[in-house]
Amino acid sequence: MNQAIQQILTQKLLALADDELILAHRNSEWIGHAPILEEDIALANIAQDELGHANLWFELHQTLTGDDPDELAFFREAAQFRNVQFVELPRGDWAFTMLRQYLFDAYELLLLDQLQYGRYQPLAQACAKVRNEEIYHLRHTSSWIKRLGLGTEESNRRTQAALDELWPYAQQLFVPLPGESILVDEKIVPNLGRLHESWLERVRPFLTAAHLTIPSNQTPPTNNRSNHTHHLTTLLADMQKVARLNREAVW
Amino acid sequence: MKTFTSTQIWQALEQVKDPEIPVVSVVEMGIVREVLVDGDAVRVTMTPTFSGCPALDVMRREIETAVRQLGIENVTVETVLHPPWSTDWITDEAREKLRQFGLAPPQKHGGDLISVAFLDVAECPRCGSKNSTIKNSFGPTLCRMIYYCHDCQDAFEQFKPL
Repeated sequence: MNQAIQQILTQKLLALADDELILAHRNSEWIGHAPILEEDIALANIAQDELGHANLWFELHQTLTGDDPDELAFFREAAQFRNVQFVELPRGDWAFTMLRQYLFDAYELLLLDQLQYGRYQPLAQACAKVRNEEIYHLRHTSSWIKRLGLGTEESNRRTQAALDELWPYAQQLFVPLPGESILVDEKIVPNLGRLHESWLERVRPFLTAAHLTIPSNQTPPTNNRSNHTHHLTTLLADMQKVARLNREAVW
Repeated sequence: MKTFTSTQIWQALEQVKDPEIPVVSVVEMGIVREVLVDGDAVRVTMTPTFSGCPALDVMRREIETAVRQLGIENVTVETVLHPPWSTDWITDEAREKLRQFGLAPPQKHGGDLISVAFLDVAECPRCGSKNSTIKNSFGPTLCRMIYYCHDCQDAFEQFKPL
């Protein structure tokens, strides 16, 4: 692999890992607080899966850079994270959390479907594995969106409010990194523009069938993964606190 | 120095149990993929079940310890992701052990996970009834889901097909 490809692949792996890590943390905030016990368990499982996936991407990143995954997760500052703002927004209410997870799951399943045939074997093989686990996520979150959208006036209103807020941010998932086209040309990652179209073809009719209106605003506040909201700083203060108490602690 | 055959190593690994389901071994679960003996060196290849499974590190350590206890010092345990682990690899004996443990074994899907896994039919490990309803695709560990048996009128867990 030449240096230019390796450099952008490294950045891509970090972006994938950070999206999953931050989303996993947001979901884990519900542990002990979900509306019912079974959902508490389900969301904790989903968070644990996403954390496992983040770890896989961090380990692939490590094989290229030597960077320790724990070091990256617990000792970087907000400005060094490369996740989209979509995953760092506060968890909101139940509708917000479920809708974000649904939009992400729909994206991730499509992404993994493509990545598993990519030409960089270590990434392709990891994706083939993760994909099977993701199927369960999408099933769970899509059934929730149907239930919330078609439920009561209040559940519909809350889900619609979540969609209005999340829709522009969700588009951030489909913005390629600067230079990512090299990876597309090498058939290592799929073309995100085409993936976006497939995603829209799936989520639009589904959301409409759940009596939700697709917002007209599609423009996120930023398309740059280096820009973060202040919410990420707060999240990291919580997530990194214990690890930073004693750097030498063994887990 | 005493040398071992790979059969002896496989037998030793039969003693390593899944920490979350202590009735089945890592061999029966299909987690151990390969054992290579080269002189006094042993190389074990394993594959993770669910990628976020917290029991993986424990299993990796216990596999290494089990081989070392034979008196072999040169042990490497390598993790591979391909081909992805499937519940189809769980042996028939292990499926019966899971059932006796109170955990409904996963349906075999032959690679077509979406159509088979989502039929939502699970056989109650207590009474054998298929008159069950899924309550939650997620359970107390990453590999379990929760069903309700209408005949026993009680909940049970199924190993999640993967």
